[in-house]
Order: sequence, then structure tokens, then C-alpha cells
Amino acid sequence: MEKISGARSLMIALEKEGVEIAFGLPGGANLPIYDELYKSNIRHVLVRHEQSASHMADGFGRVSRRPGVCFATSGPGATNIVTGIATAQADSAPMVAITGQVPSKMIGRDAFQESDIIGITNPIVKYAFQPMSPTEIPEVVKKAFYIASTGRPGPVLIDIPKDVQQNEAEIHFPSEVKIRGYHPWVDPDITAIERATEMLLSAERPIILAGGGVIISSAFAELQSIAELLMIPVVTTFKGKGSFPENHPLSLGPIGMHGHAEANKMMTEADCVLACGSRFSDRSVGTFEEFERNLKIIHMDVDPAEIGKNQTTNVAVVGDVKTSLRIMVKMLIQKAIKRNGESAWGKRVKETKEYYRENLKIHPHPLAASKVLKKLREVLPAQSIVTTEVGQHQMWASLFFDVIHPGTFFSSTGLGTMGWGFPAAIGAKAAKPDVPVLDIAGEGSFNMTENSLAVSVLEDLPVIVLLLNNFTLGMVAQWQRTFYDRRMIGVDLKNCPDYVKVAEAYGAQGIRAQTIDEIGKAVQTALKSNVATVIDIPIDPQEDVLPFVAPGTSLKDMILPS
Amino acid sequence: MWSIISVLVENKPGVLFKITNLFRSRNYNIDSISVGITENPEVSRMTITTEADEKQLSQIVKQLDKLIDTLEVKVLEEKKSIYRELVMMKLKVSKPTDIKEITDLANAFKCDVHDVRKSSIIIEITATPDRINALEDLVKGYGILEMARTGICALARGHANED
Repeated sequence: MEKISGARSLMIALEKEGVEIAFGLPGGANLPIYDELYKSNIRHVLVRHEQSASHMADGFGRVSRRPGVCFATSGPGATNIVTGIATAQADSAPMVAITGQVPSKMIGRDAFQESDIIGITNPIVKYAFQPMSPTEIPEVVKKAFYIASTGRPGPVLIDIPKDVQQNEAEIHFPSEVKIRGYHPWVDPDITAIERATEMLLSAERPIILAGGGVIISSAFAELQSIAELLMIPVVTTFKGKGSFPENHPLSLGPIGMHGHAEANKMMTEADCVLACGSRFSDRSVGTFEEFERNLKIIHMDVDPAEIGKNQTTNVAVVGDVKTSLRIMVKMLIQKAIKRNGESAWGKRVKETKEYYRENLKIHPHPLAASKVLKKLREVLPAQSIVTTEVGQHQMWASLFFDVIHPGTFFSSTGLGTMGWGFPAAIGAKAAKPDVPVLDIAGEGSFNMTENSLAVSVLEDLPVIVLLLNNFTLGMVAQWQRTFYDRRMIGVDLKNCPDYVKVAEAYGAQGIRAQTIDEIGKAVQTALKSNVATVIDIPIDPQEDVLPFVAPGTSLKDMILPS
Repeated sequence: MWSIISVLVENKPGVLFKITNLFRSRNYNIDSISVGITENPEVSRMTITTEADEKQLSQIVKQLDKLIDTLEVKVLEEKKSIYRELVMMKLKVSKPTDIKEITDLANAFKCDVHDVRKSSIIIEITATPDRINALEDLVKGYGILEMARTGICALARGHANED
């Protein structure tokens, strides 16, 4: 058998996993990997900061449902991707991050650009490997992809000392791997699904809460079947936004801190919830004790550790959400159950939805977020992929941008990472080049990773950045207005920089849109062009995100716009 | 509620760190932890004792189970398991009669006595925490100069298929 280097075996192993693209930035400790990347068929996308590489891999992974790959060197290169790894972990996104490490003999000697990235990332990875011989690499890669993409997906780190990349050995590539302590899926318990079905059927005021797990397992059709057979209204978590078409008559939209008023209202009035692939985060449910009061909870999740973590469950169904829902659909069909929605609850839901949609006060500014995002929905094709940054614009997107096509909306919902949306959009574009990709952004977040404009332009991965620009760290400003008696500190970004010029400086297209009409035209221009476009929209810095469930309170205490 | 959790894990570097870091990051409590190899050299057993209510204990078990390097997680019932801890106490010897008294106490508790000197003596006990605490109370008066405890080591009684 011919001897090959660890780095070469890494490239072969990645190609065997079907990797066609990787995002990264080279450095001293991963040069052998890059030298092999030079010779391989894998496309390398050079980033301007490793954090963006990890977000691109994350965006690629969420959209393609295959682990996105990113490369970073040792030390600061590795620590720069920590935020990206934590973001992927919080949102269960498949990712394989590959870092260079100082040579094995130097580990522990505080070498130049040495960081204990295995130790640093321990609580935020699904698993981490540090192969100490080139012969281990193929097995490690195979295990990494298997772990990252199965069960509840997540990020896996492979940290490879430089000498392990360089050393040559006779290397065997396994066709399969076994991990005895890892059981990503269990078959759902049929009797539990039967009990869940009975509970749902006997409820007077049932509701479905769809979480991110529905999107990850692609259980859209099954979810819709159950909702339509039983005429049950569907609310989602923010991560689950887009798991159910938001223009569907049964859709009430996301619940939570900035949930739709009708969703929060109906959630609090329900007597039984079918929660699918949701982890009952505090941002979704408010106070845990109040949420579960007088509520029967059916919890379907692939991760057994989510059962009972935040809420007390009446019926737990552990297993893939798509499989569990499919079994439930079959049971309903066998029982020939088809409801018409004429119940008192059905009427109450319909009336509540109509009431809030007609009577909630809209911010009076001509460029109120609701007007901007409704215009965006009008002009953006339904199959387009939308990402967001983190802050007010993100919550406005949750409130005012309806997701029609399931699984086309992605956001950093768990960790809440500002700067995620733009690089993630570039990763999404790499996964689906034929679909328009747009990042609903705020300038505070965009500032954090705007240098990815170079990547979007030079790598021909054009995405649109819709910048809701109030030159303020708006969400913090809103909290300072609301909870700190308007003592504004650390939030004013003072009209700097000019984002049209920033875009142009990178060779992208910059458009300033100052009316709703101009916004529509700008998006259409961007959709027609082949270059990254930043649409700078000066919005009102005084606009708050409403409704608002203040932290530490329950959904019942929702504050409405007045 | 004091509980004993018995965890079989892959016997490889970093696993102890993952387990203890899980307890730290999720704000669980470790009362004691003991680790050793099992009959299978690829597998180690960790015995962890913790103070947790029922809900938290269930979460601890699930989160431990979720770790890829854990192979089996069991909560041991006190009545259905054998659990012991080894403790060494170095006691102060102030007057010659102390040695006789301490040795008598040690015999009563089935302790081994080591390193008898003019000014100190080491006693070693392997027992349940209750018995160890009782002994500690009795010898406190002499002055405990140093103490080392291994943490609980435990096995379930009988075997899996036996009721």
C-alpha cells in the first residue's frame, strides 16, 4: 500500500463524504491541509475572518442538510470559530470544523498560536476529535460526518496537529464506522403515539407547537396533514418559523417574547399542545411554570434529554419527529378522523386571529418595519432563502415577514449571534445557487461580518442584504427605553459608515431606498443582478418591536402596541 | 436527595473532563466521583454521587447518556447496591494513651491502623458514608491532621436478569 500524508488522507476522506466546498482561512498550523486542498477537487472559499467561515458552513449545513465544512488554523484561528460552533450547537446545525493544531510534541508547551481548542469547545460541540496519527484520520472524518448529521445534528470539531497532517503512513479508509455509545435515533414508541393521539382528540382547545425539529427532519407534509385533519391551529417557535406555511388559514405564527399576538393569545388559551421538535426555550414560552399551568403537553423530540428539561410532559414521544408524525397521521386516517373546524375553539381561533390582524396598531412612520417587510414579501419569490441577523430587525422579520415555502427561513435563534445572517446567507447560496438568498439585517449586526462582502463578490456567491438601518443597536435601545428609564448608553452608531459606499468599495452594489416603492424596486434590481447587493433603508430609530413579552414574565403578560 | 450514579464510559483521555464539565456547565452538583478501569480494559466505571431533586436527577442521567463516550448510565438504589468509600485519617497523638484509645476505636470500626508514631497515627476505613461520618465524629476530639477520601465506589446487587 502506498504511503500518504495525514493531510492527503483528510482530503480523500472529505471527498468520500461528498464534500464539494469548504470555507476557511489558512495559517501556519494548517498549511499541509491547504497544500492538499490545492490539489483536491474541493472548492475553497476564502473568508476574511474565521468566524464567518464557521457561519458560512452553518448556513450551508442548515440549507443542504449536510454538514458544512470550515477550516481554521491553530490558536486565534481556532478561537475565532468558537462563536460559530456555539451558534451551530444552539440551533442543532450540522457542521464539521477542522482546525490545525501545533505539532503534537509542542502541545502543552504554550507554543506560538497554541490554544486548547478541544478544551475550549467542549461544552459547545456534539463531539471533538484530535487524531494523533495519520492512520486515524479517515475513521475520524467518517465518524465526524456521521455524528454531525444524524439524530439531533450539531457541530463536530476535528483538531489535527501539524505533524499528524504531515506524517505519511499506509492509510486504510473504512467504509463504515461504529460508535457504540451513540444512538442517534430510536424508533418511536407506538403506544406513546396512540396515547398522544387520544389526548389530542379528547382536548377541547388543542394547538400544535412546531419547533426547529420539524424543519431539520423535513416533517412539513406530516405536520400539515395533522393540522388539516384535526383543524388544529399551528403556532411555531421562532426556530420553527417556516415549518408551516404562514399564509395557511390555520397558521398563527411564532409564539414567544416577540411572537404574534394571536399566537401568544391562543397558546395561553389552549388546553393541550402537541409540541414537535421544540425545546421550550425561555424566549418561546416565557416563564416555565406559567406556561405549563392547565396545559397538557405532548412532546415529540429526537433528543431524550429535551423531555422534561424545561416543561413537564404528559406524553413523551422520543424519536425522529417526521417518523412520529407520520405514524400519527396513519392512526388518524385509520380512525377516519377528519374534522371541519366548526368547533367553538376553531371559531375562537379564527376570530382572535382576525381581531389582532385588523386591530393591532402599526407604527406610524412611513418606513415602519411592518411596511418594509410586507413589501419584501410581495417582491421576493416564495422559494427564496431568507436569513436574519440578531436584533430588532430579526424580531420584525418574525412578526411581519410571512414564510410561505417551508424550510426557507433561517436565523441564529438559540445563541442569538449578531453577524450570523450575512455569512450564513453566503453559505446558503453555496448550497442552493439557483435560489435567491436574502439576509434581513440590521446595521449593528452587519457591522460584525460585513467584510464577507468580499467573499460574496469574489466567490460569485451573490446575496442580498436588506439593511433595516436605524444607526442604533436597536434592541438594546428598546430595552433601555423600556426598562432603564431611557438612559441611552452604548447604542448610538452615529450615521457611520455609509453602507452604499461600503458595498461599492467591495465591488458590490449599494442602493439606498427611502420609500416603500424604492424598496420594492431595489429588491427587484438586486434579484436581477448577479452581484451582491446591500439595500440601505433608513428606518425610524424610535420604533419598538411589539408585541413584547418582557423577560421573566409569561405569554399572558404580552405588551401590545398602543 | 443524595443519589449514586454509576456510569460506564470509554476508557480514553478526556472523558473524565467531559463528564465533570457537563456537571459544571449545567450547574449540577458533584458530591464525590471515583473512576477506575473495569473488567474490560476499554471501559471505565465512574461512580458519581450527587445532591439533586428527582427532576434534576433525571436530567443528569439523560445528559450523561447523551454524551457519546458514555456507554451506560444507572442510578443505583441504596438498598439494591453495595457502596463503600475508603477514607484515611491522620490523627494527632497528644498523649501515649491516645494510641490505645484510637486503636480500640479502629478495631471497633474494622479499620486498619498504619504509621503509628509518637505524635500521629493513620487509620484507614472502608465503609458506607454513615459509618465513616460516625467514626469521624468519634475521632474529631483527637484532632484530624489530614484526611483523604476516595469517593464512593458502588455496584448493583445481583445481575441484570435477576430480580
